[in-house]
Amino acid sequence: MQDGYALELKHVSKNFGNVAANHDVSLNVRHGEILALLGENGSGKTTLMNMIAGIYYPDAGEIYINGERVMITSPKDAFYYGIGMVHQHFKLVDVFTATENIVLGIDNGEKFSLKSSAGKIREISSRYGFEIDPEKKIYNMSVSEKQTVEIVKVLYRGANLLILDEPTAVLTPQETRKLFEVLRKMRDDGKSIIIITHKMHEVLTISDRVAIMRKGEYIDTVETSGADEELLTEMMVGKKVSLNIDHPEPHDIRERLVVRNLSMTDGEGVRVLEDISFSVFGGEILGIAGIAGSGQRELLEAIAGLRRLDGGDIFYFDPKSGEKEDLRNKTPLQIREMGVRLSFVPEDRLGMGLAGNMDIVDNMMLRSYRKGRTLFVNRKNPHKLADKIVSELEVVTPNVNTPVRRLSGGNVQKVLVGREISSSPTVLMAAYPVRGLDINSSYTIYRLLNEQKSNGVAVIFVGEDLDVLLELCDRILVISSGKVSGILDARNTTKEEIGRMMTKTGGVDEND
Amino acid sequence: MTGSVIIQFIQSSIAQGTPLLFGSTGEILTEKSGNLNLGIPGVMYIGGICGVIGGFLYQQSTTKVVPVLAVLIPLIFSLAGSLLASLLYCFLTVTLRANQNVTGLALTTFGVGFGNFFGGSLIKLVNSDVPSIALTKIAKAYKQPLPFADKLGWFGEVFLSYGFMVYLAIILAVVASWFLKKTRRGLHLRAVGENPATADAAGINVAKNKYYATCIGGMIAGLGGLYYVMDYTNGVWSNNGFGDRGWLAIALVIFSMWKPNLGIIGSYLFGALYILFNYLSVNIAMMHIIQMLPYLVTIIVLIITSMRNKKENQPPASLGLSYFREDR
Amino acid sequence: MKMTENATVGEKRSGRNEKRSKEPLLHITKRTDIPLSRAIIIRAVAVVSALVFGGIVTIFLTGDNPISIYVTIFEGAFGNSTRIWFTFQQIAILLCISLAVTPAFKMRFWNIGAEGQVLIGCLATAMCMFLLGDIMPTWLLILTMTVASIAAGIIWGVIPAVFKANWGTNETLFTLMMNYVAIQLIECFLKIADKSGSNTVGPDKLNNGWLPNLFGQQYLLNIVIVAVLTAVMYIYLKYTKQGYEISVVGESVNTAKYIGINVKKVIIRTMALSGAVCGLAGLLLVGGTSHSIDSNLADNRGFTAIMVSWLAKFNPIMMIFTTFLIVFLERGADEISSKFGLNSSFSDILTGIILFFIIGSEFFVQYQVHVNKNHRIFAKTRKER
Repeated sequence: MQDGYALELKHVSKNFGNVAANHDVSLNVRHGEILALLGENGSGKTTLMNMIAGIYYPDAGEIYINGERVMITSPKDAFYYGIGMVHQHFKLVDVFTATENIVLGIDNGEKFSLKSSAGKIREISSRYGFEIDPEKKIYNMSVSEKQTVEIVKVLYRGANLLILDEPTAVLTPQETRKLFEVLRKMRDDGKSIIIITHKMHEVLTISDRVAIMRKGEYIDTVETSGADEELLTEMMVGKKVSLNIDHPEPHDIRERLVVRNLSMTDGEGVRVLEDISFSVFGGEILGIAGIAGSGQRELLEAIAGLRRLDGGDIFYFDPKSGEKEDLRNKTPLQIREMGVRLSFVPEDRLGMGLAGNMDIVDNMMLRSYRKGRTLFVNRKNPHKLADKIVSELEVVTPNVNTPVRRLSGGNVQKVLVGREISSSPTVLMAAYPVRGLDINSSYTIYRLLNEQKSNGVAVIFVGEDLDVLLELCDRILVISSGKVSGILDARNTTKEEIGRMMTKTGGVDEND
Repeated sequence: MTGSVIIQFIQSSIAQGTPLLFGSTGEILTEKSGNLNLGIPGVMYIGGICGVIGGFLYQQSTTKVVPVLAVLIPLIFSLAGSLLASLLYCFLTVTLRANQNVTGLALTTFGVGFGNFFGGSLIKLVNSDVPSIALTKIAKAYKQPLPFADKLGWFGEVFLSYGFMVYLAIILAVVASWFLKKTRRGLHLRAVGENPATADAAGINVAKNKYYATCIGGMIAGLGGLYYVMDYTNGVWSNNGFGDRGWLAIALVIFSMWKPNLGIIGSYLFGALYILFNYLSVNIAMMHIIQMLPYLVTIIVLIITSMRNKKENQPPASLGLSYFREDR
Repeated sequence: MKMTENATVGEKRSGRNEKRSKEPLLHITKRTDIPLSRAIIIRAVAVVSALVFGGIVTIFLTGDNPISIYVTIFEGAFGNSTRIWFTFQQIAILLCISLAVTPAFKMRFWNIGAEGQVLIGCLATAMCMFLLGDIMPTWLLILTMTVASIAAGIIWGVIPAVFKANWGTNETLFTLMMNYVAIQLIECFLKIADKSGSNTVGPDKLNNGWLPNLFGQQYLLNIVIVAVLTAVMYIYLKYTKQGYEISVVGESVNTAKYIGINVKKVIIRTMALSGAVCGLAGLLLVGGTSHSIDSNLADNRGFTAIMVSWLAKFNPIMMIFTTFLIVFLERGADEISSKFGLNSSFSDILTGIILFFIIGSEFFVQYQVHVNKNHRIFAKTRKER
């Protein structure tokens, strides 16, 4: 049974529409090893793992478990082959206890007894050193406890191959250390583990081998003992690709927005931003780089007035009068009424930036409908604006009365960005504005951002592709786990340097 | 109050509470699957009238009424009627993913109309010559008390003097409670109502669970209508006689915070409030203020649970939403 | 090629894994787009099938021939001028309540308490007529009735809205319970106003404050008011800033917050509007037509209105047609039941049937059913979404 590999992928490919998420990936996992899967955001790691876990089905390629060719069409099939995946977003029923969640869906003909199940859970926990209270309700649990439940859920079903999708993203350094101890015990017990992570030092600490992916393709697998941070980073980010995005030197820059010591916790009391300080100048593009979920979204929403801060200040300097305005804990409406022209292209385009079932004209109105003293909305100007945006940005749509939900991703984004820059902003924030867009639409967006920059607008660009960040931005703020790990001059830095700063945890480092 | 008045009060409260208990047990099962079946008042009417139709046909067809058949035939008719109505609701809301509120209200309109229509036209439709529907012989079988009811003094009167359906209501509530709390299927059902996407990912068939829960729940609720005509009103159907008891049953679901065993106490409490005015020397106008209490108390429970935000006492998280896997 | 692979591996495994999931034969996707003509055809087919099915049920129950049945239905609604006036009056009241519930539904606030909001408007009107009828001049009395009924409706609508906005209290269950509180309040009033224990307080006691007849027609004023209201509601929802805010909140609370809409305020304001129009319907019912009050005066129209509004996709102009359809059927069914000596609840059965058909047909407007050709296509389309 221990012959060959625990898992082997051969020439696996997966496309979403015309985007190749995985292309010809071949990779293997040994029995009793921890394999780290390393890659930037969007390099196709999660898609690949979802195919093993039965969430997606590959377009081409073969999967072997213990040397046997298998078809995995559902999570149930995956369980049958002893594969269990712990997703980044937990799939748990809030009002159930740990035990109830763990046994959910199992119907093996055995007598149903939560008590004996709880016993079995305790047994698994003590074998691997988990700390888990089987009777505790999920909604009373911390994130790390919930994660433990997910892992035990997988083990309870007898998984021999565990896939953990960025398990440390939500954990404190102490919790991470505990998790790693558990993972080592499971490895010593003969189980195979695939762990997806971006954090370089974690890769080096926990894994036996590292498989690297870049832009949907498999690069190589190396023994961890023979690797170092520099080598891995280089493999992960690859050679610099020339994109030929316009990159004019900024001129006549003036301080526009100053963020000082900003801290914030989310709804569940988890600290998402800590002591963030930086300034943005009119006439430049400030890039924000970081692993997804490091606090970028929260930072922009805080500036836009959508979230309450715990501490810190946000100041705005009016470009004409030079007056200083305090934006801290102001609502979006108050910010607008103060005369601050702040535009925001949020990450969630249809769920936040636009109203999907409304047509293009009505979406134009979102920002301007309050204008005028009448009770009635004025659709004339929004209609003109919609026509203008459709023709200037070459939005492909039957007409301006088409609900935006029916447009393709690139066209949706053109509508949103077009609207946001139409109000001649002084600050423009854009979160992942080219995500999911085709090449042409992406270049349209870059061009628009550059135009704003040359108009003297302070542009904040949150991006994931480091090549783009380097070629589009003037300075790059690197954020890691809610903290600023550095601000770099985009013309005098490298992808490797950014990559290293993105994966720096800061504070307590793990060393054993 | 004298002893006999107290006993009578308890008996009336239980008689009033029993239809509500059937209704709320059925609706709790249904809601636990995430289906907010506002058609339950209609289903209870259908359950009642179908029992009447069954009983009427049987009574017309024979001169000698056998008690076992007198109980079984209306029972089967009633169950079949509520099953069909619930299937219709499921087909529309689960298979066709129609809006639950609209479908439920339509079912209530239909069900109440169905009940009243056949209640008022049955005699004419079967060309019978009886002046009114009076299923007294059948009712007698339904009202048969437990043995020794009249021999054990107050104990017998308070605990043993009811027809079998009163005990059936309690048993069903206890069984439903046990089922939801202690069995694997109950766990799966609750998962479907709380988080269908998670249940689906765990390999639980969401649609099947919703169908089963709603149909069985509907059949139990329909028994409430059957009890009302066969036992409470002695086999005499009067149009709109059942009144707003169906809605009161839905109120009881909230009041008992989706726990069938709490529903037992709640139903008798609601029943007591329903008839309390008979025992108080109050102005007749006050009677309606007292009858308002079950609803007011329910509103207060609803408000307090939402303010305290204690997760156990909340409605099932996906209540009222239809599940479509690809919306994830 | 793919198929055979599936089969062999599936076979190999099926012995050990009985519960292997099968690909469903039918694959359902949400439509992103449907031509208007297609949507109209689907709904028209549903209405016609419902009428045919309803006709069959009627034939079965009455033994009459089909032509005669449809003629009777038409006669019932439009047989003579009295019936025509009455039918239009019924349409007016149902349309008024349907308009009332619409703004809240557009905001995705499930107000099923229209029944109670109308009844409380009825009660406020009746109380003014009863208590102030002999004191005030008619014009002042009518003014007071109007203000009181609208205020009562607002209160009934705003209470659940406040709790929803602040604590997320389930509005469906809350508004439902409020209906029965209103019913009991009316019962209570009846007992106080009429010591004889009657279940209704009639025109003899509510003899002042009747809304005036227009051109000698009792129902005309109601019809005119509701016609104006329909236009106003259409304009309000489509062309005013507040109407626009309602749409945005209904569409996405996040988008609403992003552009700085105070969501709580919109929820409360919109429910106040819904309640106000319901209260007005109460005024029209008591002051305009019945001049009496009982707890069944709203006659479940608060619930029917929800279905009318939903069927019309919350469009006030479309609601004229859906209301017409429902009332037409009700009146026709009443005629059938009286002609054949059946119970008057027959109309509820026919209404139920037509509602079921239309509710079911919406599925075919919203979703598309594909037949699975093979596994691969299924996996692909599933993920592309």
